[in-house]
Amino acid sequence: MTQASDSIRFILNDTEIALSDVAPTDTLLDFLRLQRRLTGTKEGCAEGDCGACTVLIGQLAGDAKDDESLVYETVNACIRFVGSLNATHVVTVEHLAAGDGTLHPVQQAMVDYHGSQCGFCTPGIVMSLYGLWLTNDNPSRAAIEKALQGNLCRCTGYEPIVRAAEAAAKERPSAIFDPITRTREKVAARLKALQATETIVIRNGEDCLVVPADAAGLASVLAENPDATIVSGSTDVGLWVTKQMRPISPAVFIGGIADLQRIETSEAGLTIGAGVSYTAAFEALSSAYPSFGGLLDRIGGEQVRNMGTIGGNIANGSPIGDSPPPLIALGATVTLRSKDGTRSLPLEDFFIAYGKQDRGPGEFVESIFAPALPAGDRFAAYKVTKRRDEDISALLGAFLISLERARVKTARIAFGGMAATPKRAKAIEAALIGEPWTEDTVRAAQAAFETDFQPITDWRASSAYRMLAAKNLLMRFFLESVGEKAQLQRFEYVA
Amino acid sequence: MDKSTFEDPQTIAGPMHAELRHDSAHKHVAGTADYIDDMPEPAGTLHGALGLTDRAHAEILEMDLSAVAALPGVVSVLTAKDMPHSNDISSTHLHDEPVLADGRVQFHGQPAFAVIAETRDIARRAARLAKITYRDLPHRIDVADAMAGGGELVTPPLTLQRGDAEGELERAPRRLRGKMRIGGQEHFYLEGHIALAIPGEDDDMTVWVSTQHPSEIQHMVAQVLGVPSNAVTVNVRRMGGGFGGKETQGNQFAALAAVAARKLRRAVKFRPDRDDDMMATGKRHDFLVDYDVGFDDAGNILAVQATYAARCGFSADLSGPVTDRALFHADNAYFYPHVKLTSQPLKTNTVSNTAFRGFGGPQGMVGCERIIEEVAYALGKDPLEIRKLNFYGDKDSGRNVTPYHQKIDDNIIPQIIEELEASADYQARRAAIVEFNRTSRVIRKGIALTPVKFGISFTLTHLNQAGALVHIYTDGSVHLNHGGTEMGQGLNTKVAQVLADSFQIDIDRVKITATTTGKVPNTSATAASSGSDLNGMAAFDAARQIKERLVAFAAERWQTTPDNVSFVQNHVKIGEERVPFAELIGQAYIARVQLSAAGFYKTPKIHWDRAAGRGTPFYYFAYGAAVSEVSIDTLTGEYLVDRVDVLHDVGRSLNPAIDIGQVEGGFVQGMGWLTTEELWWDEKGRLRTHAPSTYKIPLASDRPKVFNVRLAEWSENAEKTIGRSKAVGEPPLMLPISVLEALSMAVASVSDYRECPRLDAPATPERVLMAVERLKQLA
Repeated sequence: MTQASDSIRFILNDTEIALSDVAPTDTLLDFLRLQRRLTGTKEGCAEGDCGACTVLIGQLAGDAKDDESLVYETVNACIRFVGSLNATHVVTVEHLAAGDGTLHPVQQAMVDYHGSQCGFCTPGIVMSLYGLWLTNDNPSRAAIEKALQGNLCRCTGYEPIVRAAEAAAKERPSAIFDPITRTREKVAARLKALQATETIVIRNGEDCLVVPADAAGLASVLAENPDATIVSGSTDVGLWVTKQMRPISPAVFIGGIADLQRIETSEAGLTIGAGVSYTAAFEALSSAYPSFGGLLDRIGGEQVRNMGTIGGNIANGSPIGDSPPPLIALGATVTLRSKDGTRSLPLEDFFIAYGKQDRGPGEFVESIFAPALPAGDRFAAYKVTKRRDEDISALLGAFLISLERARVKTARIAFGGMAATPKRAKAIEAALIGEPWTEDTVRAAQAAFETDFQPITDWRASSAYRMLAAKNLLMRFFLESVGEKAQLQRFEYVA
Repeated sequence: MDKSTFEDPQTIAGPMHAELRHDSAHKHVAGTADYIDDMPEPAGTLHGALGLTDRAHAEILEMDLSAVAALPGVVSVLTAKDMPHSNDISSTHLHDEPVLADGRVQFHGQPAFAVIAETRDIARRAARLAKITYRDLPHRIDVADAMAGGGELVTPPLTLQRGDAEGELERAPRRLRGKMRIGGQEHFYLEGHIALAIPGEDDDMTVWVSTQHPSEIQHMVAQVLGVPSNAVTVNVRRMGGGFGGKETQGNQFAALAAVAARKLRRAVKFRPDRDDDMMATGKRHDFLVDYDVGFDDAGNILAVQATYAARCGFSADLSGPVTDRALFHADNAYFYPHVKLTSQPLKTNTVSNTAFRGFGGPQGMVGCERIIEEVAYALGKDPLEIRKLNFYGDKDSGRNVTPYHQKIDDNIIPQIIEELEASADYQARRAAIVEFNRTSRVIRKGIALTPVKFGISFTLTHLNQAGALVHIYTDGSVHLNHGGTEMGQGLNTKVAQVLADSFQIDIDRVKITATTTGKVPNTSATAASSGSDLNGMAAFDAARQIKERLVAFAAERWQTTPDNVSFVQNHVKIGEERVPFAELIGQAYIARVQLSAAGFYKTPKIHWDRAAGRGTPFYYFAYGAAVSEVSIDTLTGEYLVDRVDVLHDVGRSLNPAIDIGQVEGGFVQGMGWLTTEELWWDEKGRLRTHAPSTYKIPLASDRPKVFNVRLAEWSENAEKTIGRSKAVGEPPLMLPISVLEALSMAVASVSDYRECPRLDAPATPERVLMAVERLKQLA
């Protein structure tokens, strides 16, 4: 079946949808609630932080495109645009119970364990637990908490919800009981057929949304529309729309572009496509740089990690994005592409000033390359927040050093939250290089923070706290390198 | 009433004291429980958005709304002058709270106009197009500003006094003075405010509102429209959380929806965006407590003097009773031989603070526990030792009189503490922690056991009344309505249990219906933890009336005496005969027996003379205690709550499953308040933490890693409450004071426990680290 080029086609629960009248700013949540009257999915915050709007989205990942590669992930419908849904299967809470009203085991466990009180967050929590249930039949408490990182409940204190998740994991009445398991093959085949082979363009008055089929298509679209808004995971752009009510037309939705979603590992290092989500990047990043895994688990909630991309985190240039500092410390380069070709530059040079990056008209971030960690080098990244999980960094420090005969040979240190951009700490590095790797050296180098950084005071932290904690992170890095316990962990690290 | 008056509870499904799921649980999980935004909208429904101001204090010189009105899809723009009768929604009747700002802006974010449009999206877009010209006035944002600016109050202060505090402080062997800041808290109900007004014929207006106080909404809508209360009907089936934030704060949205609906003759819905909701509605009061304590070398407290100053915002709202309740809990569970407590409800140019679970009590108690800590650190003792020395005594101890002269007759704190101290293995764990801290360089631990004693009743005595309406239809099915509102706390489930128990019928024969001012009038807010106490008793009274009629009818029909008629297991036993309940109802109907009753209840024994500061404001007290253990990182101030053990008193629980849920949920909510939830205003008076991205309530991964919660199963209410149960909504919120104090102990370890860390709330990682630094410098 050939793909029409003027509509977004996807499956909603068990219904196939084709929409040719879609504005770039139309959200999945409003579509569900207002157009389809599927009111089980709630709006709690409209910014991807509370999870009341959690739905599952299934899509074909990887190159095989069979039902094995059909992956369902939780997302926040409030900041997910309809324009990004082509060739996906959207599953809402209404799809879980059987036709006769028999509740899904996840739902029944939530009832049996008193997991709901006011009930408003509950459909979203059910969907997050369902996402976990699909992939894990014996989840640890750490895994359950991770699955719930993007869901706020103000009533229960979560304890009964966690118990429900544990109980539900063991309940698997039969394969056909579960609506997703039951239709997996059929859905995979339909989604394959729905995949666009050419650019989708939908115009409506001044509004225009474009869904390129591949990276080359994206380059052409951007050549014609250099001012277009590139929308990948929409974890940031979503808020431009729901909170600032900013127009984003023409909007180019790149979430479905397979050639931006490749991860390549070589001896030289790791290449991550700009469209790779945090979730998809987790395995590669955490095995290449173990400290990165722990950090990724503290970026956003599960839904945001499923949507948000490393490329987007870099391209939007935020001074408090969490992936740039560790990547800068690792010596990563970023590759930009346009219709005229590609160019690469050190990531730290990409960030010019607050709100200003080295990205020319028609260019987009294509990939990031991070060199392999040389044997013996020490690398760590530490995020400091008011709330441990799903919080934006007050500051984030990343450290890479190599030692030679107990002296610091090389040092690359970068911080987020300490300046107007993610920034290398050159004075601190200089204070360390050539010195013996001792506590005295670290103490002496702490003074250099004042040279590198003059952090601001805001609602996340005061300037004084940022400075003090930043200095202490260097001390933590040192103490950990000599085997001292210098940070808290709720659970032993679970991948 | 005594529980012995009830029949054997084992014979039906869902009697009192049974562990029952929430009545809507199956709908919550399926997404089929309807909240107001989920209801089908009447044809032609319009949508409103607030026009917010962006000055903390200013005169409005000009408001140019032409661009707002010109946006296609905008139907109407309302300002203060469009209020048909009165631009006043002051719940205190002090006329200090307008629906829309009229000429003067009193806080950043105060609504000055409202847009009504064909869609919510258009209304929100239009609301941003206003051009408002201001003349700035000096603003006072926090308690310090307000004091420096002369200390204007929004409502008269309260003084509680017993003995000669000043004299005894002078004479005390030891004396300490200090200050503590206690932050406020955003409710963060997951369902934001919402109101849907549907105009009817004549003056009629039906309003669906997410509110804890339908009667007040009714009165405010009537007042703003200039119609009698009987023209306005307010309905609410359930809220997606309330926590006090929907006690008075829904008035504005309901009033605006009703005004627009009246003007445009179309249904109008207001559902503010989360950020607008957080900016434009009130929060928990933050306090500055100034304390002065006299004690002896053993740790006996001899006298306490304290001032509780609160940021109330621009209007009184509930600040009077909130600051009163802070004083009522400034003793927590301790006897102060001499005491003087004063409140200072300060006016500020911030949103008007309001009710929030605990209603000032938590702040009163946190200040009190700081005093205990001060005494303990000054003497180098475990704070628990100081607590035990100073607990209220029993009836005959002479140590059972509160600062408000109420005698405590039901004190069970010593039993609670003794049992918890043992079950949580407090002493051994504390010793192990002290040992751990001796050798651990970066990570430090702390542990604390803190008590809770919380007074139950509205302190405004007349509010302690409730009504219920019960119908039995001819098929024997029961329709239940009462004046309380369901916000997740399980009130409807409990009240349905009361009816099932009364009639001895399975609970699925009882239909719970939406709260409406049309069925039960003149209700009080579902607040002050009073929901089950008041409405449970009102429903019980309604059932009693119907049962009396049924018994009289059955005795007459079956030619026996009333004492031979009883209700058992879905039947009525008449002599030796067992008649199915539904069958008896059918016969009673034919015999023209009234099968409907309005029940009523008022709490006995209570009275309060505010001017004198004396009385018995509380019917009884609820008790509890918690042990919390934490770890802190002394390099960043980050922390983990490792383990919590709770023993809490709910009397004889009406529903242990629901009560445990209230305790666990209250604990985590209170822990959030004292740890990561920080409201932050900038120098312009703008609240910058107005969304979940910046305001951090606890996540699943913040809850205590080990969380043991038990009810004191041996406890029964000494008073004749429904089933001898106790209120449970608010008291558990104060259990996590133990978390704050455990953090404080971990901090104190860096200077070998010689200094009281004076850790203020919320104890964010930043406050913890800065306290560590301060103590390190002292050491």
